[in-house]
Amino acid sequence: MQHTVKHVYYECSIRSGVVTRRLASAYSGGKVEFLKPSVMTNIQPTGTEEIHPDVALVARAKEGDVAAFEILVRQYDRQVFRIAQHITQNREDAEDVVQDAFLKAYEKLNQFQGNSKFYTWLVRIAVNESLMRLRKRRTGRMVSIDEDVETEEGSMPRDLADWSPDPEMMYGQSELAEILRKTIQGLPPGFRTVFALRDVEGLSTEETAEALGLSVPAVKSRLLRARLQLRERLSRYFRKKNIDGGEK
Amino acid sequence: MTCTEFLAQLDDLLDEKIPGTMRDDLSQHLRDCGHCVITYNTTRKTIEIFRSHEIYELPDALRERLHAAILAKCRKGCS
Repeated sequence: MQHTVKHVYYECSIRSGVVTRRLASAYSGGKVEFLKPSVMTNIQPTGTEEIHPDVALVARAKEGDVAAFEILVRQYDRQVFRIAQHITQNREDAEDVVQDAFLKAYEKLNQFQGNSKFYTWLVRIAVNESLMRLRKRRTGRMVSIDEDVETEEGSMPRDLADWSPDPEMMYGQSELAEILRKTIQGLPPGFRTVFALRDVEGLSTEETAEALGLSVPAVKSRLLRARLQLRERLSRYFRKKNIDGGEK
Repeated sequence: MTCTEFLAQLDDLLDEKIPGTMRDDLSQHLRDCGHCVITYNTTRKTIEIFRSHEIYELPDALRERLHAAILAKCRKGCS
C-alpha cells in the first residue's frame, strides 16, 4: 500500500543534550511524494532547546564560508556514503551521491532554517539522490521508498534454527563483510533504507521517519520486517551445525 | 501472550523501550517459548553484527578526491 502525506507537525524535545524534533505524519491512501527539504522550513519549533554545534557551522556556510561547510562535509561524508551504498548497491552511484548531496545541501542552505537537525536534512537529500540513481540504473523504472514493502516475508519467522554461539568467528573478516553485503542487498530498497538509517547509522525512529517522509508507525513496521528478513537470511550462514557437519 | 503478540513487541524489546508490566509479560513468554527465544536472540545478534562491521568503507584517497571536487564547486558557487 502506498501513502500520501496529509499533515505534518513537529514536537521538540531535548535528549542527550541535543535537540531532537519529531515529525509526525498522518497518511492516507495514494502515492508517496518525496518531501522536498524546503517543506521542513515552513514549520517553526516550539519549546526550550539547546543549540546543536552544526547550527553555527551552517550559519557560517550560509554566509559563504566554505571552510565551515568543509567541516560539515568531513563530519558526515562517511555516513552519506554508507547510506548511498546501502540504497544504490553501486559504488560509482554512491560516490556521485556524496558529491551531489553535499552540493545540493550547499546550494539550498538558505532553505534550511534549523527546524530539523542539519544531519537529518542532509540524509533526506542523500536518500532522494540515491533513489534517483537507483531508478536510473533500473532504466527509468520508478523506485520509491514504498517499493516491495508489501511482501509477506518477515512477518512471521519461518527459519527458527538457532545460531552458533559466536557466529562471526565462523568466517574471516572479508568473507563476513561479503555475506553482510549480499544479505542486505536482497532486501527491498524501502526495507534496507530504514534498516540502514535506524540500525546502522543510529538515527532514532522519529529522525528516520523525518528523513524518509514516512510516519513513525510505517518506519516501525518496516524496521521489524527488515530485521526479521535479515535474521532469516543470515541464518543460512550462522545456524548451528551438528558435529557431522549437518544442520541442527 | 501469543507468539504473534510477542513479535509485535519485539522491536521495542530490542530497543529497550518496553514499560515494566509489559516487560514482565514478555519475559514470561520467553521462559515458555523456545522459538521466540531464538527469534529474539538471533534478531538482536543480526543488529549487533551489522552495527559492528563496516561493510561500505570510504577509502581516504577517494574521500579526499570527493572533498576537493565538492569544495571546488562550492567556491565557484556550485555552478
